Amino acid sequence: MNAEIRPVKTAAEIGFADLFAAVRLSLPGGRDIEAVRRDAFDRFVAQGLPNSRVEAWKYTDLRRLVRDAKALAPRPDADAWTAARNAGAVFAGLDLRRLLIVDGAFVPELSDLAGLESGVRIRATAEALSADEMVLPLEMAGTDPAAALNTALAADGVVITVAADVAVERPIHLVFVTTGTVPAAMFTRSRLELGSGAALTLVETHEGPDQSDYQVNAALQINIADKARLDHIKITGEGTAALHIATLEASIGAGADYREFGFAAGGAVVRNQIFLKLAGEGTTASVHQASLLSGRQHADTTLVLDHVAAGSQSREVFKAVVDDEARAVFQGRITVRPGAQQTDARMMARALLLSDEAVANCKPELEIFADDVQCGHGTTTGALDDQLKFYLMARGIPEKEAEALLIQAFIGEVIDAVVREDLREALSRAMFAWLKGRE
Amino acid sequence: MTALLEIRGLKAEIDGRQILNGLDLTVNKGEIHAIMGPNGAGKSTLSYVLSGKPGYEITGGEVLFNGEDLLAMDPDERAAKGLFLAFQYPLEIPGVATLTFLRTALNAQRRKRGEEELSSPDVLKRVRELAKQLNIDPEMLKRPLNVGFSGGEKKRNETLQMALLEPKLCVLDETDSGLDIDALRIVADGVNRLRASDRGMIVITHYQRLLDYIVPDVVHVLSAGRIVKTGGKELALELEATGYAQYQNEAA
Repeated sequence: MNAEIRPVKTAAEIGFADLFAAVRLSLPGGRDIEAVRRDAFDRFVAQGLPNSRVEAWKYTDLRRLVRDAKALAPRPDADAWTAARNAGAVFAGLDLRRLLIVDGAFVPELSDLAGLESGVRIRATAEALSADEMVLPLEMAGTDPAAALNTALAADGVVITVAADVAVERPIHLVFVTTGTVPAAMFTRSRLELGSGAALTLVETHEGPDQSDYQVNAALQINIADKARLDHIKITGEGTAALHIATLEASIGAGADYREFGFAAGGAVVRNQIFLKLAGEGTTASVHQASLLSGRQHADTTLVLDHVAAGSQSREVFKAVVDDEARAVFQGRITVRPGAQQTDARMMARALLLSDEAVANCKPELEIFADDVQCGHGTTTGALDDQLKFYLMARGIPEKEAEALLIQAFIGEVIDAVVREDLREALSRAMFAWLKGRE
Repeated sequence: MTALLEIRGLKAEIDGRQILNGLDLTVNKGEIHAIMGPNGAGKSTLSYVLSGKPGYEITGGEVLFNGEDLLAMDPDERAAKGLFLAFQYPLEIPGVATLTFLRTALNAQRRKRGEEELSSPDVLKRVRELAKQLNIDPEMLKRPLNVGFSGGEKKRNETLQMALLEPKLCVLDETDSGLDIDALRIVADGVNRLRASDRGMIVITHYQRLLDYIVPDVVHVLSAGRIVKTGGKELALELEATGYAQYQNEAA
């Protein structure tokens, strides 16, 4: 028996089908792009919203968590512009090139496009699609239903290219902001093309109003050519009732260096799925992630990392602080292909539970097809150490402050991985703000 | 004059096991009291009950610290009032730099006492000075608290904390354990520098050796959760010669 039982479509699945039918022809791109969208949507329909029986979504059952499909957000008007103007405040005061994506649409008028470094090009994704550029197909995340939905419905975002050997000193900040009181859906697709030997720091923040159950489905595709260097920092802010699904895929060339840092503190339901391919020899990649969760938040980080060529190194450290009835999910799969000898891969996931109702699910996996490699993984889950807390209190530090110090120590290791001092300090401040909120 | 510390009929248990069994002890300002006793007599329990470690149940008696009810206070409050416990086994705290810890503790205490907080450079200056006296490498201050420190370094670090926080009552729990003779001398010198007419000390130890370096005014023998004998410093030497057996019998 091979017959697959297809469950009855949920209201949300029917909603997405209606939405796609309604907007399909008005989305940017010619016939070829429309074919890509249709193909992607078919893949979504064939699988439906993933539920807990789908291994890759084991702990984040979208069939249950996504109740309806929202209408696409309208193009941002003057009010939206006003609301968006001060977004990305977590990095306020830093010299970053701000690019604003408001309600899913790139707004050049609010973005800092002056004095672009030579060799750097920035365009709206809608513009690239209208010119029939094939920016939609995903390489690694293509079969994932949430990513497929993004491919089908993505209307705008930012396309950045950096020419070979250009080291961009000033970081680029993608400021994603949702405005408005009517909860809507935003499907954005962005793309970064980093030429060989180029260097860039790309910062990404996501935020929106509290209590609004808006839906964000964002995808970012990154291509890092040989010997290039990228620092990518993403802050998942988002309002208290928001759904945030983000797909990141990066292909990393020979001798290139990729450093990914994630900080997740906002949103009601968050899924950050990261697909990395260490495609060339001698590549180094690291992923550090800190999640600070409270209330009934659910945040899932899923990493799929593929060592394809020889002599590459990868380091992953995931840390989650989980309070109240929140849930942190970490899934990580490292694959080492037969040709990827001398791979050095290490993955660690640690969760700190601050309440009896807090939950952490950790699922690390290693698939190794080469025989000369060093790979390791580990997970720990625990509460704050009472002995340590007592030691701090016995020195005069009040209980909440002692806890904050221990939490800070726990997360600090991850934040220390951010290379640039100004960004690292801004992230530390964001962490302090979260800790203050507990007091 | 109010005693610095007055313990009256203190009874305490952990996990249903009675450890302190009607303990009386009075420590005045300027005095150093040694508490000696066999293993299991309740020496460490006394230090933990005084500093407010969770898990101990007080089933009788009272403790007055400068006339105030010590047992009603949280551990941080006791510290801010001037109680300091030098731990037998100082804990390692990865991710918290020693200096950050020292500054946080000092300023938390000052805040609670209504004193002005000290700036980071001011704290650093004080800490550097004390570190020098205790032969502590300044580089160690940048390292996470006690992580990878040797036994001697940990005890020197405890002494540094004590000197920085300037407590009214120091409780030293088996400070000599795990120390070689050189480390013991450095730590003892540090403790002796803190002897002052307005400060009291309780030195808890199993062996007489420590008392060669930190000379007490009064020596108590603790057995089965009570003080069973009190004398001058010569009592320590007597114990070294005869052992604790007679007192264990006495208590039973």
